[in-house]
Amino acid sequence: MSLIEITEVRKSFGSNEVLKGINIDVNSGEVIAIIGKSGSGKSTLLRCINGLETINAGTIAVAGAQLLPDDLHLKALRLKVGMIFQGFNLFPHLTAGKNVMLSQMVVKKVKKDAAEAMARRQLDRVGLLHKFDAYPDELSGGQQQRVAIARALAMEPIALLCDEITSALDPELVQEVLAVVKELASEGMTLLMVTHEMRFARDVCSRVVFMHQGRVHEIGPPGEVFASPRTPELQQFLGMQAA
Amino acid sequence: MGYHFEFGWIAEYWPVLLKGVGITLQLIAIGALFGVALGGACAWVRALGPAWLRPVVATYVEMIRNTPFLIQLFFVFFGLPSLGVQMSELQAANLAMIINLGAYSCEIIRAGIQATPKGQFEAGASLGMSRFQTFWYVVLIPSLQRIWPALSSQIVIVMLGSAAVSQIAAEDLTFAANFIQSRNFRAFEAYAVSTAIYLLLAILLRQVLRGVGFTLFPRRAAR
Amino acid sequence: MIQFSTWDIVSNLLLAARWTVVLSLVSFIGGGIVGLLVLFARIGKFAGLRRAAKVYIEVFQGTPLLMQLFLAFFGLGLFGINVPAWLAAGFALTLWTAAFLAEIWRGCVEAIAKGQWEASSSLGMGYMQQMRWVVLPQALKIAVPPTVGFSVQVVKGTALTSIIGFVELSKAGTMVTNATFQPFTVYGFVALIYFALCWPLSKSSQILERKLNVAHRNH
Repeated sequence: MSLIEITEVRKSFGSNEVLKGINIDVNSGEVIAIIGKSGSGKSTLLRCINGLETINAGTIAVAGAQLLPDDLHLKALRLKVGMIFQGFNLFPHLTAGKNVMLSQMVVKKVKKDAAEAMARRQLDRVGLLHKFDAYPDELSGGQQQRVAIARALAMEPIALLCDEITSALDPELVQEVLAVVKELASEGMTLLMVTHEMRFARDVCSRVVFMHQGRVHEIGPPGEVFASPRTPELQQFLGMQAA
Repeated sequence: MGYHFEFGWIAEYWPVLLKGVGITLQLIAIGALFGVALGGACAWVRALGPAWLRPVVATYVEMIRNTPFLIQLFFVFFGLPSLGVQMSELQAANLAMIINLGAYSCEIIRAGIQATPKGQFEAGASLGMSRFQTFWYVVLIPSLQRIWPALSSQIVIVMLGSAAVSQIAAEDLTFAANFIQSRNFRAFEAYAVSTAIYLLLAILLRQVLRGVGFTLFPRRAAR
Repeated sequence: MIQFSTWDIVSNLLLAARWTVVLSLVSFIGGGIVGLLVLFARIGKFAGLRRAAKVYIEVFQGTPLLMQLFLAFFGLGLFGINVPAWLAAGFALTLWTAAFLAEIWRGCVEAIAKGQWEASSSLGMGYMQQMRWVVLPQALKIAVPPTVGFSVQVVKGTALTSIIGFVELSKAGTMVTNATFQPFTVYGFVALIYFALCWPLSKSSQILERKLNVAHRNH
C-alpha cells in the first residue's frame, strides 16, 4: 500500500476546473517533484493534500486515513503531513524557537521542556540552533525557510509538502534551503515538492510529475522525464526552462 | 411598563420631517463641497506650500481635530458675533461644518499625496513642469482616487455629526424631531423615526459618494 | 450683577471637565468590553451572530450619536424608571464606542496575512488555537494606535451628552456663558480644555503608529 494515495481528485474554483482527475500514488521514502507551468494546478494539488483546499471529487488518503473536510479528520491528517510555504509564514511575534515549540504545545499538548528540547533538536538539524532566540525579522529569507522546515519537522510528520519553497528567496540563499531538503531526503523522509529547481529535481527526486492543464501529463523517473520527454508540451516546458 | 408605541403622528408631521431632511442634505452638500476644497488647499500647503503658512495650517488642523464639533459650532455661532461677525443659524452651521471637514480632509488628502511614488514628482520635474503643475496635473487626481473611500466615510461622519446644529436652532432633521416630540410628547418614537431616516441617509450618501467616485475616477485613471 | 473673573470661568470649567474625563473613561472601558464581544460575534463561526454583529455596527456607525443619546434617554425612560442623564449618557456612549472599536479591531484581525492562518492550519491548530496563539497576539499589536486614536472620538463624543442634560465641560460652558455673556472667551477656554485632553491622545496614537510602521519595514 502506498503512503499517499491520490485518486481521481477534482477541484474547481467557480466554473474553472483546476484539477481534472489526478491520480498519484506516493510510496514511503519517495521524493517527488511536481513541475509545470503556473496555472497547471500543481500548487492547488499540494494544498488539497493538506486540506487547505477542499476537493470536489475523488479521494486522498494518507497512511490509510481518508482526508475528510471535518475538523477531526483534518487535524489527524495534518499531524501526519507537514507543509512548507513559498512565503515561509513564520509567526512574526514569536522567536524561531517559540515558532517551533508553539504547535507542539497547543496541538499535541507536549510539555514545555519536551517541546523546547525538540525545537532545539530540529533547529540544530537545519543548522540554526544559534538562532533559537532570534525573531523572524532578524533572519534572512533562507534562514526563515529553514526555521519553517524545523517547525514542520517538530510535529514528526510522515511526509512533507513543499510548495515552491525557494521561489521567494534571493538566488544566493536557494542552496542552503535545498541542502536541508536533500539531507531530509537522504534520511528517508517522504517529500512532495512543487519546484522550479530542475537540477535539484533531476539529482534528488525519485520521480517527476509534469502537470499540464489540470492533469498529470507525464510521470516517471527524472532520467526518463528529462532525457526523453514524450509529449510536445513537456518538451516545450523543458525547452523554456533551459532557455 | 405597558407602553404602547404610537406612530400615527407621522401622517400629520411628515412635512416637518421632510423639511428637516432637506436642510440636512443641503448642509452636507455645501459642507462636503467647500470642506473638501478647503481640505485640498490645506493639504497642498502642508505638503508642498510656502513654509511660513505650514504651521498656521497645522495648528488649524490640530485644533479642529482635537475639539468637539459642538464646541466649534457654539464658538462660530455665539462667539464670533461678539467680534462683530453676524450670521444666521444656517450660515453658522454651514461654516462650522466646512471648517470641521476641511481639517479632516486636509489630513486624509495629505496622506494620499504622501503615498504618491517619488518617481511621479521626478517625472513631472523632468518634463519641465513646475511644482504646482506637477501637483495639479500629475499628483492630485491619483491621490484623490487613493483616499476617496476614507474621504467618503469622513463626509458621512460629518453628516451624522450635523445633528448637533439643531442646538443652535438650525432647522435640520434633529430639529424637526425635537419640534415634533415637543408637540406630541412621543419623544421615543420621534427620535426612533428620525434615527431610521438618518441611517437611510447615511446608506444613500455612501452609495452616492461611491457613484461620484466612479464618475470622477473612471477605470482608465486607475493604475 | 456678579462679576466673573477669568479665573472664575476657568475654574468652573475645569471642575466640570472632571465629569468629561470620568464619562470618557467609563465609556471607553465599557465600550472596549462590549466591543470585544461584538468583535468575536462578528468574526466568529456562527452566521447568525455574524449578521447580528454586522447590523449592530452598521446601525451605530450609521446614525448620529446625538440620536442614540436621545433614544437611550427616552427609551430607558419607557421602562418606567426616571433615567438620570449620566446613566443614559454612559449607556449610549458605551454602545456607540463598542461598535467603532469592534470594527477597528476586525480590520486588525483581517490585516493578519492569510499565510498565518494557513501555516497554523497546516500545523494542526483549530480555529480557537489559531486565534489565541497566532492571530490575536499579532492583531493586538497593530490595534493599539487606532484604538488610542479612537479614544479622542470618545472624549469629543461626550460633549453631546450636554444636550440631554449631563453637566460636563460643554454644559458648563453653556451655563457659564449664560451667566457671563462672554461666549467668545468661555467657548475658547472650553475648546482649549478639550484640546488639552485630546491632543496628547492623538499625538501618542501617531507616535505609536509611526513606531509600528518602522518595525514593519524591518521584515
